[in-house]
Amino acid sequence: MAAVERPFPPGDYDVVVVGSGPGGLQTSYCLRSLGVRHAVLSRDDRPAGMFRHFPIFQRLITWTKPDAPVEKTAREYEWYDHNSLLADEPELKAVMPGLMDRAFDLPSRHEMEAGLVTFAERAGLDVRYGCTWESTRQEDDGLVLVTSDGEYKARAVVFALGVTEPWLADVPGLEHASHYVETRDPARYQGREVFVVGKRNSGFEIAQGVLPWARKIVLGSPRPVQMEALALSALRVRYLHPYDEYSRGGPGTYVIDVTIERIEPLGERFRVVTHGTTWDGTLEFEVDDVIAATGFRTPLQDLPSLGLVTVADDRIPALTTWWESVSLPGAFFAGNASQGARGLGKRGAGASSSSVNGFRYNARVLAEQLARRLTGWEPPRERVDDIVAFLLHELSSAPDLWVQKGYLCRAVSRSDDGWRDEGVMPLAHYLDAVEDDGAAASVEVDEKGTILPTLYFRDRGEIREHQLDPHPLHEYESEPYRKHVAALVG
Amino acid sequence: MSIADTLGQLALFADLTPSQLAAIAHTHEEDVFAQGERVLRRGLSGGNFYVILQGEAAVEVEGEERHILGRGEFFGEISALTGEPPAADVVARTVLRCLVIPAAQFERLLLERPQFMLRLLRMEARRLQGTVEWRQ
Repeated sequence: MAAVERPFPPGDYDVVVVGSGPGGLQTSYCLRSLGVRHAVLSRDDRPAGMFRHFPIFQRLITWTKPDAPVEKTAREYEWYDHNSLLADEPELKAVMPGLMDRAFDLPSRHEMEAGLVTFAERAGLDVRYGCTWESTRQEDDGLVLVTSDGEYKARAVVFALGVTEPWLADVPGLEHASHYVETRDPARYQGREVFVVGKRNSGFEIAQGVLPWARKIVLGSPRPVQMEALALSALRVRYLHPYDEYSRGGPGTYVIDVTIERIEPLGERFRVVTHGTTWDGTLEFEVDDVIAATGFRTPLQDLPSLGLVTVADDRIPALTTWWESVSLPGAFFAGNASQGARGLGKRGAGASSSSVNGFRYNARVLAEQLARRLTGWEPPRERVDDIVAFLLHELSSAPDLWVQKGYLCRAVSRSDDGWRDEGVMPLAHYLDAVEDDGAAASVEVDEKGTILPTLYFRDRGEIREHQLDPHPLHEYESEPYRKHVAALVG
Repeated sequence: MSIADTLGQLALFADLTPSQLAAIAHTHEEDVFAQGERVLRRGLSGGNFYVILQGEAAVEVEGEERHILGRGEFFGEISALTGEPPAADVVARTVLRCLVIPAAQFERLLLERPQFMLRLLRMEARRLQGTVEWRQ
């Protein structure tokens, strides 16, 4: 049998994508649809590497609803299915609901892995597996990646590496702890007293996982638990039982706001010395296990030495609104690391860029931007006859606007021959860089979680912002809304 | 250096204990802007309060630079407190690193940490004094 030829040999490409998780696959699918010449490299031997390991105990926290009021091939269905990648062909759309057993509307990680493998197979996405990115250098008009297979030169590199490298907070003695990734069988914690450092996703996930086994669980970190924020976060779906036990006074489960002064070994056990952040005082614990659930970082390798700047205690690359490094031109990020672009952050709200539901849209918008820059691609700019209906339909049911609230908008331009669809783009770009007269629709949210359908009109350089009234069913296509927007359009 | 350590070096936070600083640093997000990126937009709702951790920002009115802000200085407090949209743009002059505190949480922080509020008021008073002197 002849050897199977591996795709994407070393050489020059317009774009190189690194990674074969959901961010890399979505980016490659979209670049291919737009006709951008690119290579995809992965050190793994098949897609979806992260979901073979994480999350350890639990399901994902984003929903997929097999039955919905709209057809699975409709764009609007994406709002009901937060775990499938995006595609144009009917057989590639909504892959996830067909693979789930309906025990929950949240997929297990095995189902998620199967969904990505199925998508890659059905779409015939090529990836050069077993190719490890080793180092990087800048050249006149791009980046060169040195890999285990040779050198790849590209004008733009899209790093879709995930946020998967264990990260330890700067706490004296935390090196004695085991990291979240080393946690395995929950039965190991039977009858033991466990201190979990960290109160974000992985901290609560571990606590939830060992709750039926451990004798005592303490979750501690400086950040105060803000119930009103947690109630609006995806975390509430699966992980909040430890907090529920603590807040109702359940014995043996504690969720506390503390800085940790030090962790010291005490024979087989550990002493944890803490100080309150939202209360005055000191507490000491003696426990059998300390688990560091202080999070993960993007495996950036040598990129910081080329000038790449990071955020969030050095864990995430700092990105522009188009997901390009703020300090290393040509280095773009897709997937979970696209959370390094915060957008306008109006009222403190962030986008859903750390999960598939949000970053699949980032990848599509990024692919279009790269196609524009590298190949001169232009969007179809179809004529919009009923601008009022168009804007109100986007505000009511555009999945990209509903997932990436306040980050992505649908833009239209206005000229003498009427309105034209300019597509989906970052709202910050529309407000700061678009010059044509027109409008943009964005779904935003206030600090109480109220959904604010918002329109921006650009008229001879001036921007006017209008929030439409909230509606209990989030339906903005009725006559009163039509009248309101018709008056705004003029 | 951690965000809490950086805050500890700024006059605005000089009266807070390390634990209090850690709570602030872990509660609020850091954001980094590219040179030339807009941070605050004139006339738009929902602006946050920003403290500069690193870099420089320019206050611009109709594209004209009026004032330059550096490490330890802050902006966005007026619209965060009044709920009115900002009257000027703020643009990053260099790569700019800021701590971002949304308006509702800014108000809570002022009430919870009066020493922080007093420091902020003093700095605000000096700015106002500068503006009055400049106008005379």
